[in-house]
Amino acid sequence: MSCWDTIADYGLRSIGIGERLLPREGYTLCQQFTLIGSGMIWNIYFGVLALCSGFFLATAVALGKASKKPVLQKASAWFIFLFRGSPLFIQFFFAYFLFLSLKPISPIFDPFTSAWLGALIVLFLNTAAYSGEIFYGALQSVPRGDIEAADAYGMSGWSRFKRVTWPTMLRLAWPAYTNEAIFLFHATTLVYFSGFPAWQQRGDALYYASFFADKTFNPFIPYPILAFYFILLTLCIISLFGLINRRLNRHLPQDARAKMKLKLNVIR
Amino acid sequence: MFSFCADPASLGDLAWMACYLTTGKHMAIYTSVFTVLLLLAITAPTALAFGFIGASSARSHFPPLSWIGKAYIAVVRGVPDIAFFLFFVIALDQLFEWIRHEIKCPDWTDSIWQGNDFVVCDIAKLPLGNAPQWVHETYGFMLAVLTFAIVFGAFAANVLYGAMRAVPHNQLETAEAYGMSRRQVYWRILVPQMWVFALPGLSNLWMVLIKATPLLFLLGVEDIVYWARELGGAKTARFTDYPHGDWRMWYFLALLVFYLLFTRVSEIVLDKVMRKLTHGQATLAGEAQRKAA
Repeated sequence: MSCWDTIADYGLRSIGIGERLLPREGYTLCQQFTLIGSGMIWNIYFGVLALCSGFFLATAVALGKASKKPVLQKASAWFIFLFRGSPLFIQFFFAYFLFLSLKPISPIFDPFTSAWLGALIVLFLNTAAYSGEIFYGALQSVPRGDIEAADAYGMSGWSRFKRVTWPTMLRLAWPAYTNEAIFLFHATTLVYFSGFPAWQQRGDALYYASFFADKTFNPFIPYPILAFYFILLTLCIISLFGLINRRLNRHLPQDARAKMKLKLNVIR
Repeated sequence: MFSFCADPASLGDLAWMACYLTTGKHMAIYTSVFTVLLLLAITAPTALAFGFIGASSARSHFPPLSWIGKAYIAVVRGVPDIAFFLFFVIALDQLFEWIRHEIKCPDWTDSIWQGNDFVVCDIAKLPLGNAPQWVHETYGFMLAVLTFAIVFGAFAANVLYGAMRAVPHNQLETAEAYGMSRRQVYWRILVPQMWVFALPGLSNLWMVLIKATPLLFLLGVEDIVYWARELGGAKTARFTDYPHGDWRMWYFLALLVFYLLFTRVSEIVLDKVMRKLTHGQATLAGEAQRKAA
């Protein structure tokens, strides 16, 4: 069996297309590369959707935490504390068992116990809390002069927010937000180790990597393959976010632009 | 535990709960809280030591050593840490067994990789096949600690490397002007001054370390996550005196609250420490403190 056959059989295995059974012998380099790569589909799915949807909630939470209304302010602060103060691993477990016990109440909750929706919701709320805190910090450091200039131009309310406050906030927050995006993608590997079942062995990259490590008793091949894929993914994220960063800073002179400096934030 | 627990079926709600929460297995979950604390107590200094070695070697003037240090910092950052956890537990175990194998059975001719198996001679096994249960558990725990220390050592190395570069350069130049050797400058000037710059990063790291402790479960240690899953599952009257439905949700809610309290308390304590350390420092925060007083 050539490597092309393997790719045809297992290239889309993680979303249920191709061979039904996972490989049971051989465990060649080609099989490992293909299956772990096909698992990356789930990591990208979780990461991209959680990041895109979380972005809007994060903005709302940041505005809420900065607002003068005590109800909004307290609610946002508690939301951020709840998701930043506890381990993501425990959040996954709790959410899974919560949805499991809601299941008998109504069939609406059926899809929530599967990873594609249930884990996505947890990741969405989690990244919203982390990026909300980042955006809140950036919102606090929007220069006063910018707001005063906007006032002088007669802008107020929505138009001032849309044209001055929000773009400046994004510009300030962007390097930290890039970090958050990288670690969100890393966090997606936790999904299939935290209660959510991998239905018909359709799992993410780490699920397949640990499958091979368990079968061959040799961790030195699958995990470096996984590392290779993730470093590739991280480089893609950095370059994509770098492009957006360039666009956000396009009006500034060359030397005043915020350099993309990656800082430590690690896991949740 | 209590004397009235002899016949649980006849008890009222409150007394039943008191008895239920003090069964032998529940004592195991309470002791596993100490496992978490023990892990933190051992890992934090070990990881700091690893980080110190990593940062020092990344700064080294001997290129191969600095490459190793920089690679150590970079690789751990680029790859999900949970992958490292799963990797190191097997890899370290195999490394130790292989070293013992080479020492204890030098006349073994077969390859240690036989098909899909990793085979070492019997007396090289770790722990030995006839060792008591607690040895197995301790060995598993030590592997977990070492894994945590390696991964978090890289994060600490990153923080310390940044802190070493943040120490004002003229301090080091002055020391050189006084005729100190490179080693003396490093130990007498750089190292004592870097801690203030490292503290914000290290306290962030401590929070991250707390939040990483439930991953012990993935390393095969019987920790709080393991017991929460075990105890929370539905129990019928056939197997226990305390039958109940699926309570895992409540157990994990309790864990969530435990971790929230833990991080909150650490946050408050670290804030206090930071305030103490910035007192009188020539930094923005120190200046603000001086003005407020």
